[in-house]
Amino acid sequence: MLTILFDGIAYGMLLFILAVGLSVTMGLMNFINLAHGAFAMLGGYLTVALMQRWGWPFLVCLPVSFVVTALVGAVLERTLYRPMYRKPHLDQVLFSIGLTFMSVAAMDYFMGSSQQIMQLPDWLRGRTELFGGALGMGHYRLFIIAVCAALTVGLQLILSRTRFGSQLRASVDDAVVARGMGINVNLVFAATFAVGSGLAGLGGALSAEVLGLDPTFPLKFLIYFLIVVAVGGTSSITGPLLAALLLGIADVAGKYYIPKLGAFIVYSFMIVILLWRPQGLFSRLGGGK
Amino acid sequence: MSTPVKPAEAQNTDALLKASRWRAWEPLLWLAALFAPLVFKSHALLVNEIAIVALFALSLDLILGYTGIVSLGHAAFLGFGAYSAALFAKYINPDPLLGLAVGTAAATLLGLLCSFTIQRGSDLTRLMVTLGVSLILYELANKLDWLTGGADGLQGVIMGPLLGRFEFDLYGQTAAWYSLTVLLLIFLLARRLVHSPFGATLKAVRDNRLRAMAIGIPVGGRLTVVYTVAAGVAGAAGALLAQTTGFAALDIFSLERSADLMLMLVIGGIGWLYGGLAGALVFILMREGIAAITPQYWTFWIGLFLVVLVLAGRDRLLRPWTWFGKSRKQGGQP
Repeated sequence: MLTILFDGIAYGMLLFILAVGLSVTMGLMNFINLAHGAFAMLGGYLTVALMQRWGWPFLVCLPVSFVVTALVGAVLERTLYRPMYRKPHLDQVLFSIGLTFMSVAAMDYFMGSSQQIMQLPDWLRGRTELFGGALGMGHYRLFIIAVCAALTVGLQLILSRTRFGSQLRASVDDAVVARGMGINVNLVFAATFAVGSGLAGLGGALSAEVLGLDPTFPLKFLIYFLIVVAVGGTSSITGPLLAALLLGIADVAGKYYIPKLGAFIVYSFMIVILLWRPQGLFSRLGGGK
Repeated sequence: MSTPVKPAEAQNTDALLKASRWRAWEPLLWLAALFAPLVFKSHALLVNEIAIVALFALSLDLILGYTGIVSLGHAAFLGFGAYSAALFAKYINPDPLLGLAVGTAAATLLGLLCSFTIQRGSDLTRLMVTLGVSLILYELANKLDWLTGGADGLQGVIMGPLLGRFEFDLYGQTAAWYSLTVLLLIFLLARRLVHSPFGATLKAVRDNRLRAMAIGIPVGGRLTVVYTVAAGVAGAAGALLAQTTGFAALDIFSLERSADLMLMLVIGGIGWLYGGLAGALVFILMREGIAAITPQYWTFWIGLFLVVLVLAGRDRLLRPWTWFGKSRKQGGQP
């Protein structure tokens, strides 16, 4: 029971790190980016490749995957994404699905279509039992929770305490007025996009062992990212965090207790929630859009 | 006081009538299509597939092109129709026409249920809900393996002869004619539908929902009707697919299928009934062509095509004379 809760929290934290960038970019530019999972996949493959082919230590790979994916994200934002912001949603959907297809086929071509196996360092492999076995905690999942919690606190602090954070919040609330106040919304957005992609890459690197990594990753987990964003709303990061935790726990528990129904429960829940509150569970009502 | 109103009204009806008039090339085109299985005898199966996919694209065009609902889960209805028709043929009655009716009816019912899920919310919410429905059906078809065959697909569907006379042959000529006829009939209905005053209100809803509401169009009711009809058409396409191939597989519900469908429609041009047909033709031929060169990686080229298409502006694809000029206005309606 507790173990399931624990695994669910670890899973939810991962989903949050993977999806938080998507939620912020979607709230900021009203841009539907279905290619977000491609960045996560890039981070995951980068880590696996660095560790296996060149024997880099795991802890070095994580920041590297963050930085590289962020750079790729920044370049793509500058070149490909920017003309898309003003187009209708249909165009955005087509464009980002196209990017996803390309990334899937390209990864297949370069890395092969089989699932990648990640060799964790020894100190992350064990498992600790507490309360006489009622709570079994995999060390790697503990590590994931620690990293993700630290990142979440960091993000929240940046968002609420720094100058950049207030610029970002102003831009999300009303881009036109923010621009009028002298905030360079394009720059804010480019930075956010890069950081969001980087976080996805980091999440992909962390999740390679838990979720499995193969070239269909962006398509397989697309729905999960979108659930986090759609249910959590796009106006804050606490919404997506709660949504991700809820989703993670519900998914793990559902798969454990009623394996017959599988992912069925999660999808049904999502539809019911979206019918009940189309703007997301935790959004401020209206939102002015 | 009625005199100043009348001419304007008459003008409007004239405009509507003019748009719905048959062009000279249309009957010719259909005649050519019906001869296709005879001319390309060895490729009759391909003709069959194109006809089915065209029907599917037609159905998406009704909701995306004419009403402006962005859906990522239209494959749900295709799959539901396919599984219904296949199960009906396997367990109850192998008659194709009955099966077609059953598949269409089942998908129509599902569409009616789902139409209430797309009434509210933003484009993102709608994307999620439509995608969610198709994923739920995927899970259902996967887990109910005693009924649907699970991941192996539903096999052993043997169809009876069409109209009690024409057997489905291995080369697919009967299948191709069957699908083409159904396509033609549904196309005629859809053509009637979109050129009717009802169709005009759909376009009004697409262009500006708020204004449509303000002039008294019952937006919710219109969405329900068109979504239900489109689902039924998709179900018919699914039923044809299951009947002519003799089985139904899980991947019929996949996201790729919905995405491919969107691409087809965009190639042909949305908001134009022949758009889906042309798109299906081009897409299938393109897929066959690319798959012959690189069987494993053709999705890459499809993706690249999508990206370039959107970046260049998709409404210019059909107008080669604008390719080298300066793009004046984005997002213009074709």
